Amino acid sequence: MKLKLATLALGAVMAAAPAMAELVFPSLSYRTGPYAANGIPFADGYQDYFTLVNERDGGIGGVMAKVIECETGYNTEKGVECYEATKGEGSLIYQPLSTGITYQLIPRASADGIPVHSMGYGRTSAKNGKVFEWIFNYPANYWDGASIAVNHLLDLNGGDLSGKTIALVYHNSAYGKEPIRTLEELSKKHGYDLSLLPVDHPGQEQTSQWLQIRRERPDYVLMWGWGVMNQVAIQEAANIRFPMENFIGIWWSGSENDVLPVGDGANGYKALNMHLPGSDLPIYEDLKTYVYDKGLAAGAGDQAGSVLYNRGLYAAMLAVEAAKKAQEIHGTGQITPAMMRDGMEALEITGALMEELGLPNFGPEFAVSCDNHGGSGLGIVQQWDAAAGTWNQITDYIAPDAEVLNALIVEDSMAYAAENNIAERCN
Amino acid sequence: MLYREAGDFKTSYVDDSQTFPIKFDRWRYYAVLAVAFLVVPFVINDYWANAVLLPFLIYAIAAIGLNILTGYCGQVSLGTGGFMAVGAYACYKLMTAFPDVNITFHIIAAGFITAAVGVVFGLPSLRIKGFYLAVATLAAQFFLVWLFNRVSWFYNYSASGQINAPERQLFGVNITGPNTEAWATYLFCLVFVVASAWIARNLTRGALGRRWMAIRDMDIAAEIIGVNPLSAKLTAFAVSSFFVGISGALFFAVYLGAVEVGEAFGIQKSFLVLFMIIIGGLGSIFGSFAGAAFMVLLPVLLKNTLVGGLGWPTDLAAHIEFMIVGILIMTFLIAEPHGLAQLWRLAKEKLRLWPFPY
Repeated sequence: MKLKLATLALGAVMAAAPAMAELVFPSLSYRTGPYAANGIPFADGYQDYFTLVNERDGGIGGVMAKVIECETGYNTEKGVECYEATKGEGSLIYQPLSTGITYQLIPRASADGIPVHSMGYGRTSAKNGKVFEWIFNYPANYWDGASIAVNHLLDLNGGDLSGKTIALVYHNSAYGKEPIRTLEELSKKHGYDLSLLPVDHPGQEQTSQWLQIRRERPDYVLMWGWGVMNQVAIQEAANIRFPMENFIGIWWSGSENDVLPVGDGANGYKALNMHLPGSDLPIYEDLKTYVYDKGLAAGAGDQAGSVLYNRGLYAAMLAVEAAKKAQEIHGTGQITPAMMRDGMEALEITGALMEELGLPNFGPEFAVSCDNHGGSGLGIVQQWDAAAGTWNQITDYIAPDAEVLNALIVEDSMAYAAENNIAERCN
Repeated sequence: MLYREAGDFKTSYVDDSQTFPIKFDRWRYYAVLAVAFLVVPFVINDYWANAVLLPFLIYAIAAIGLNILTGYCGQVSLGTGGFMAVGAYACYKLMTAFPDVNITFHIIAAGFITAAVGVVFGLPSLRIKGFYLAVATLAAQFFLVWLFNRVSWFYNYSASGQINAPERQLFGVNITGPNTEAWATYLFCLVFVVASAWIARNLTRGALGRRWMAIRDMDIAAEIIGVNPLSAKLTAFAVSSFFVGISGALFFAVYLGAVEVGEAFGIQKSFLVLFMIIIGGLGSIFGSFAGAAFMVLLPVLLKNTLVGGLGWPTDLAAHIEFMIVGILIMTFLIAEPHGLAQLWRLAKEKLRLWPFPY
């Protein structure tokens, strides 16, 4: 035991020495467990984008990117183990794709000085960069999502939701509970009734929730679901013949895996998104030339073009752009996590940049700043066409209700700052 | 040769009934303690603390707790996850309500609160036994998780329902919160583990432990010879829940720092701890440690070997890991139904006769 520990300690010291000329991007993925169907495409897209950057551009600013994959199974304990195992390798940024793991990493990564990018998940109030120095959640967060969904419904109803009822079907966890406060505030403002229907992990059993929906007949149903919960919910909605166009999922409830098992019944189901669905993008030609045709695709290589694969690409693209920005600011190719953070804080995604990357109009334009780590919060609504088997964009980028959200974000982040004795930055 | 009683003369009853009657065992025990307290803190790093040793130590306390109830008193419980949640939430409420009180007292108080809750849920054990009791404790598991999810007072009305451990210190060293040192959290948990194991060992070999075992072996006979089943069963529930509560408090405050009840203390946690004591050995303190080590360390070891050493894809490694752990559990239970502790016992018997077995 003693010898083993000594060797390991020695190994850890050696591993901690920055001797490698590469940029390390850990991928805390989950390819197993009840959420694997959603974890796999994201992990594949994330990895493929870095492969593309290495193969096509020779790395980021001339330094090769290296992706270390670690399986979390969406389990927080394993997530912590993965974080501790990879942080010594010079990891630049963590994107755990799990709200639970993000909550674990927020204090740890802040103490270790490694940025965390929870893209559209995690702790919403991390948008307030004054409090959360190391945490980023651009381009949009849950509260943006809730507000976008309500704004979309306002559009459909001529700007008036009073007297309507909206039911929220949510994963009974930190993730699913996030939008409740926002939806309650918005219900005060717009006068709709909100009813809450929690679904326990993993969400395979939802008969009672949908029975209640059948009885109460809400005008609209919003869903904060993930993994197997999504398909079950959509199946149940189809079973009770709930009008699908009145059923809107958050961006984590709008991938092919969620609607395909339901078949024609899912036709018309809507979901939010923070980027475009589909493979009709110039970048896919590059991916084909440099990644797929060379046999370098991650995983089984069958996920290209799916919503979550695109999200993986998007997450990786934002990380690469932030790394480039960091290299530009600090004038060095071999950046550290602290430099990466500076790059993320100075990140600006413009239409021209996305065009140049082969992703025209792929996501919203936004700029990150010291006090705004959350970007613009814009999102689209997409609708499932079961016959064609595609997600179609049906709205332009919708802006959230910043007035309501900002007050909530300041309130929540200030409570966190007070709890943890954090002094405000950026003043 | 080395491992034998011969020549080690006991001159008092205290000596005769000590935990490690063989000199070699005693020295080995002191050596393990010395390494744990004096060597490990100097070589430990964040990975070893947070991924390996903290979970091992904390699960060892939970396994000791459940072993008292199931292994010594024979009451099957599937409520361990729920009782750990009670410990965690009690600790959280105490930490936020009384920020000036030392964290050590909060954790011990969380243990007592869990003991009280455990007694309440232990009351049905007076009327129902075996599988039926398992179902009753299963109800406790689901009820407690539901309660902590439902009543927002328990998580101080936070939007996400998560509880976060604020920063707390002991002797000026951070024990909870993000800015902790690996050695500090490790030593803190180690002290609790050693104390728990010591208390549990001494309780189980005293009058109380004998009453528990009498109830376990045959409750009617025990009642006839004068063991009060009410007090025996309820004390078992109380002591067991006390340890489980302490492990839950440490799990939340020191190890994870942020916890969500359904994810961290669900039914799978109850099963995990139950598997630990079954594989480790029912009715054995050493078995609790062996079982916790088996269930915590083996997956980490396999993962590091398969992914880090052999470079397999992570998903394949994760699936193979499930299969290997499953096969090993079955093999162990078929080859040795009394668990790792029995293997250890047999090894000691053999060692005692070595090199001239008869």
